[in-house]
Amino acid sequence: MALLDKDRIFTNLYGYQPWNLKEAQARGAWDNTKALIERGRDAIIDEMKASGLRGRGGAGFPTGMKWSFMPKQPPLDQNGNPKPSFLVINADESEPGSCKDREIMRHDPHLLFEGALVAGFAMGARAAYIYIRGEYIREAETLFAAREEAYAAGLLGKNACGSGYDFDVFVHRGAGAYICGEETAMIESLEGKKGQPRLKPPFPAGAGLYGCPTTVNNVESIAVAPTILRRGAAWFSSFGRENNKGTKLFQISGHVNRPCVVEEEMSIPFSELIERHCGGIRGGKDNLLAVIPGGSSVPLVPAADIWDAPMDFDGLKAVGSGLGTAAVIVMDKSTDIVRAISRISYFYKHESCGQCTPCREGTGWMWRVMERLRTGDAEVEEIDMLQQVTKQVEGHTICALGDAAAWPIQGLIRHFRPELERRIAENVREAAE
Amino acid sequence: MPKVKVDGVEIDVPTGATVLQACELAGKEIPRFCYHERLSIAGNCRMCLVEVKPGPPKPQASCALPAAEGQEIRTDSEMVKKAREGVMEFLLINHPLDCPICDQGGECDLQDQSVAYGRGASRYDENKRAVTEKYMGPLIKTTMTRCIHCTRCVRFSEEIAGVDEIGALYRGENMQITTYLEHAAKHEMSANVIDLCPVGALTSRPYAFEARPWELKKTLGIDVSDATGANIRIDARGREVLRVLPRNNDDVNEEWISDKARYMVDGLTKRRLDKPFLRRDGKLVAVNWNEAFAAIATLNPGNSIAAVAGDMVDCETMFAAKKLVGALGSKLVEGRQTGMDYATDNLAAVNFNTTFSGIETADAILIAGSNVRWEAPLLNVRLRKAVKRGAKVFLVGPEWETTFGGEFLGEDLSVLGNLPQNVADALSNAKRPAVILGGAALGRGGLEAGLALAAQFNLVRDLEDGTKWNGFNVLHMAAARMGGLMLGYAQKGGIADLIAAKPKVLLALGADEVDFTKFADSMIVYIGHHGDKGAHAADVILPASAYTEKAGTYVNTEGRVQWADKAVFAPGDAREDWTILRALADAFGVSVGFDSFDQLRNAMIKEVPALGSEGLADYGSVLPNGGGSAAGQIAYPIKDFYMTNPIARASAVMQRCSAEILHGEDLAEAAE
Amino acid sequence: MADRYIEPDTPELRARWGNFAWTPENAEKAKEVVARYPEGRQRSAVMPLLDLAQRQVGAELNTQGWLPIPVMEYIAAYLDMPIIRVVEVATFYTMYNIAPIGRFHVQVCGTTPCMLRGSDDLLATCKSRGMKKGHISEDGLWSFTEVECMGNCASAPMVQINDDNYEDLTSDRLNAVLDALARGETPKAGTQDPARHTVEPVGEPTNLAAMITENHDYRSEW
Repeated sequence: MALLDKDRIFTNLYGYQPWNLKEAQARGAWDNTKALIERGRDAIIDEMKASGLRGRGGAGFPTGMKWSFMPKQPPLDQNGNPKPSFLVINADESEPGSCKDREIMRHDPHLLFEGALVAGFAMGARAAYIYIRGEYIREAETLFAAREEAYAAGLLGKNACGSGYDFDVFVHRGAGAYICGEETAMIESLEGKKGQPRLKPPFPAGAGLYGCPTTVNNVESIAVAPTILRRGAAWFSSFGRENNKGTKLFQISGHVNRPCVVEEEMSIPFSELIERHCGGIRGGKDNLLAVIPGGSSVPLVPAADIWDAPMDFDGLKAVGSGLGTAAVIVMDKSTDIVRAISRISYFYKHESCGQCTPCREGTGWMWRVMERLRTGDAEVEEIDMLQQVTKQVEGHTICALGDAAAWPIQGLIRHFRPELERRIAENVREAAE
Repeated sequence: MPKVKVDGVEIDVPTGATVLQACELAGKEIPRFCYHERLSIAGNCRMCLVEVKPGPPKPQASCALPAAEGQEIRTDSEMVKKAREGVMEFLLINHPLDCPICDQGGECDLQDQSVAYGRGASRYDENKRAVTEKYMGPLIKTTMTRCIHCTRCVRFSEEIAGVDEIGALYRGENMQITTYLEHAAKHEMSANVIDLCPVGALTSRPYAFEARPWELKKTLGIDVSDATGANIRIDARGREVLRVLPRNNDDVNEEWISDKARYMVDGLTKRRLDKPFLRRDGKLVAVNWNEAFAAIATLNPGNSIAAVAGDMVDCETMFAAKKLVGALGSKLVEGRQTGMDYATDNLAAVNFNTTFSGIETADAILIAGSNVRWEAPLLNVRLRKAVKRGAKVFLVGPEWETTFGGEFLGEDLSVLGNLPQNVADALSNAKRPAVILGGAALGRGGLEAGLALAAQFNLVRDLEDGTKWNGFNVLHMAAARMGGLMLGYAQKGGIADLIAAKPKVLLALGADEVDFTKFADSMIVYIGHHGDKGAHAADVILPASAYTEKAGTYVNTEGRVQWADKAVFAPGDAREDWTILRALADAFGVSVGFDSFDQLRNAMIKEVPALGSEGLADYGSVLPNGGGSAAGQIAYPIKDFYMTNPIARASAVMQRCSAEILHGEDLAEAAE
Repeated sequence: MADRYIEPDTPELRARWGNFAWTPENAEKAKEVVARYPEGRQRSAVMPLLDLAQRQVGAELNTQGWLPIPVMEYIAAYLDMPIIRVVEVATFYTMYNIAPIGRFHVQVCGTTPCMLRGSDDLLATCKSRGMKKGHISEDGLWSFTEVECMGNCASAPMVQINDDNYEDLTSDRLNAVLDALARGETPKAGTQDPARHTVEPVGEPTNLAAMITENHDYRSEW
């Protein structure tokens, strides 16, 4: 059964209507938010836990549980004063293929601001910083303007929504660094430094922004929270399979007839998602070569494996990949698959922060070998060597960028090794002629 | 104390220890590049990976992981071996492997660890990265292609030196370490990054291509460029000192030394007094030792003789001279060349009682009359640590660029008698209050005013933990000072007493800061090693040994007795100072009671027992009552950090530092 | 894909930018930016202020703006932070132009989702108009960079020119945008597909059809 429009959270996803406060309120945003807050911290967190919402930024950590990690009693600073807590909203949407948070921010920003207040209250935060990627220039303008509206209407700031709770939201623009999407790199960047991930522990919930307890949540995770609280955990968890609940924004790019962003039920089969919303694969189902189902970091899945797979955390894990940000990159048979992955390798080389050795040195090495494999200018043994190099990067770095750089290549080698070998053989033949 | 298992062996580790420290306690070597005990943890090189259970099924950076009860740590598993091989391979793919032309060769962490933990061969077929050299000033030579981005240098300059000037620009594989706009590193401790650099990216510019480490004879010495008594290692080949490196001593210099301590040594081969000289017809003429002593024998001073000690002489030299002067019937010995006359009957009143490591724990510090960065860079490092721990610092004197903040209260000594309320409150409320008086605050009633503060704020006290605290400190600038005071090199009226006595003969022991015009009627016998101010004023010059050329005892400003060994022989006809003084006794026809260095040292220890054992001399904790009023504009004596002594003044490297770093002369070479 | 290097510090550069200071309007903005962060944490403002400074330089030069060394020093002094840390930030984040730049900064996304939808054609189009990666065109109008994923993947391929995105491009559509810019016009930003509004599936709506015509409130259907 398809998700009905009435069950979509982001009803202005396509921006047919204005994003402004008046219209957003008419659609149901900021509807007696005070009452949500009056339920109290524990009730909100329990409801979020019951909803089964898992983080929408890629890692899929249960959102309610994350909020519950924030200290109930604030830790004290050097002078014995309680430290403030912070909510940082990750709007640094930079994973290739991902373009959902952009639609929330430019078309329904008030859902995000309301979510910020509710989430911030639930975790006892003093303020929220929305870290929006620098390239989202117009989107940031919308956020700044929507923030003004919310403050002017008394929804944010002192005594937000008349709840008696003081809560500020600030917008912070990035300036072009994918790595700032990593939560500790984001915190570093917010502090005015290079976006280089921190060592963990300590985790942000203990010592994050300015050394204070901090939770970092994805835009979508925050923006869905008010609706979940209003309609109840039971409603949200009525969508999707066990452990994969809720509705989700999918972003389908690449070789489909109608690329789009769409909110759908979790666990919707790939085929249904593509057929219903995207007008099918370009050239028909049989023309499908492979799909990267969750943004560039996850391994690709060949056509045969993806077609019936449920689009959720477990379903995609079962086919050797992951849901990630639900950014579905579809590749038909015209695709130079090696180049497609090599271009992703270049992306990671470009975005490596340079802090730790395996990633700084490994991403460049992997990309250079990938470029040679693209043209076949390599030895067959180098395929195995490349595989080993990806294993030397994976799991050896400070943050997950190393893993993210390794997995697409591993996926390529796993599923398209014959193609790599064919190119090498052809190159040798051509050279001989 | 958590219990952990390292490679199957259970050990207790201190609370707060890291897994890396736990492994070391268990006797396991953990390779590392970025980790350094005295710097913050970066965790970026990934060389120290170990396997830890419980934990994720991947290797963990042991430097950054707290050791916790029940951990099972493996340093010898296949996972760990593979991880190290992998990281080492990554470090090497863009490393030039130009070891044969690299000065780090033979003492390179990368070289050593690649032998121990690397794969045998390279699998990297792509082009290697090349990085342009960065100019970092006259001391640090860079070959940035060799850099492995451990960021130790960045962390040192930010955390220890407190001068944020090195950074890592750009990102990813293009990341480059540089100073801002390739300016020379501008602080007194800059060259320590050379020791910290685990590869050959930052090497010593003055020492470039001079020697391989295995060619060098290594001698343990004490630095004499200031009164902190940094522990150094003197590396020499043949008769020449090629470089000086810091030794670890947590009580004194941790593992740093100032740039002056490290780099004035090229001055040891320049402007040397390598022959005796006599002044004939107003001109100094080179003679041999016999002629020199024959001339001295005719002086016949009787008891009209005095000795003044320079800032860098060892206790043995001072003791030998004192014996000689004494044998002739004089007691006129003085070391405070520039005229100080503070009372020395209680040495605790002129000592750095808190100790260097102790001052780190002070929570309120008043500094008067000291530009600490120039007078004792190593103490400045400690002050910075104290401030990081929350200490409040107040300063009296003209403003200088501190690396720890602090509030300047005024330039006149009278501030000591009239502290602002917030300062008085801070000192009153502090658990460990401290006062530091520099040389510029000792005269004009400053010392007495400081002692009055000691009483007012109860600087000597018992702490809650049962230990003693003495927060009263004098920071000297001369390496010879405390030793000299212990040996009685102090007249009641200071050097004025010597001037008033109009001695027939004045022995100047490496004394270059004396106003010799006041001794116009005296025969000045200069016993020293450099043709500097003292030698210019001398009538007789007897060439002696510099600090690297003799064994000796030094007492630093904390009253810490330390012994140095002899690294090389003095050049030419120069002799060790004590032998010259012993021969002078013969020339004057008196006996000093020693014929060998051991006899000399034993006699000295018999007279001043505290010089007989290394460590802090006990001056007691009772301070004299101060009082009176201090007044006068404070002026710091050091005008040029790099030019404070004859060796440094002779050093081309120090001259260049002075010109470029302090006087802004543009000597920057295009980094070839 | 061009390597980035700081524009060298020369006497000419000092002479031109040594007196950089906020315009009265930007001085107000800068204050407002710093106020977003807790007291004593003004260093957090370095990124927005570098952006503001770049825009001020851009307004002065009628380009996208860039960050000469003296301007970075101004920011360092303004925030009381070491200059080397400012330079670290400016060189780490790709949106700070650390060398002079043209009137329009044409940033073609070349990452896989755009590549699959034809970004090669866009790169070729730019080249055929004489643009060269990392260079300013002779007329000073164009700077050209291939950039990494800009997050417009469902309306790929796309180009960002200064502050606006142009999506669903083809070679012809890009040429039209560039021609308009060259003529001094302001082409409509967003999708260049006349049949598309934003990122909905083009053609017959598959969802939220009611929203097209009215600000529909679905709550009555809950």
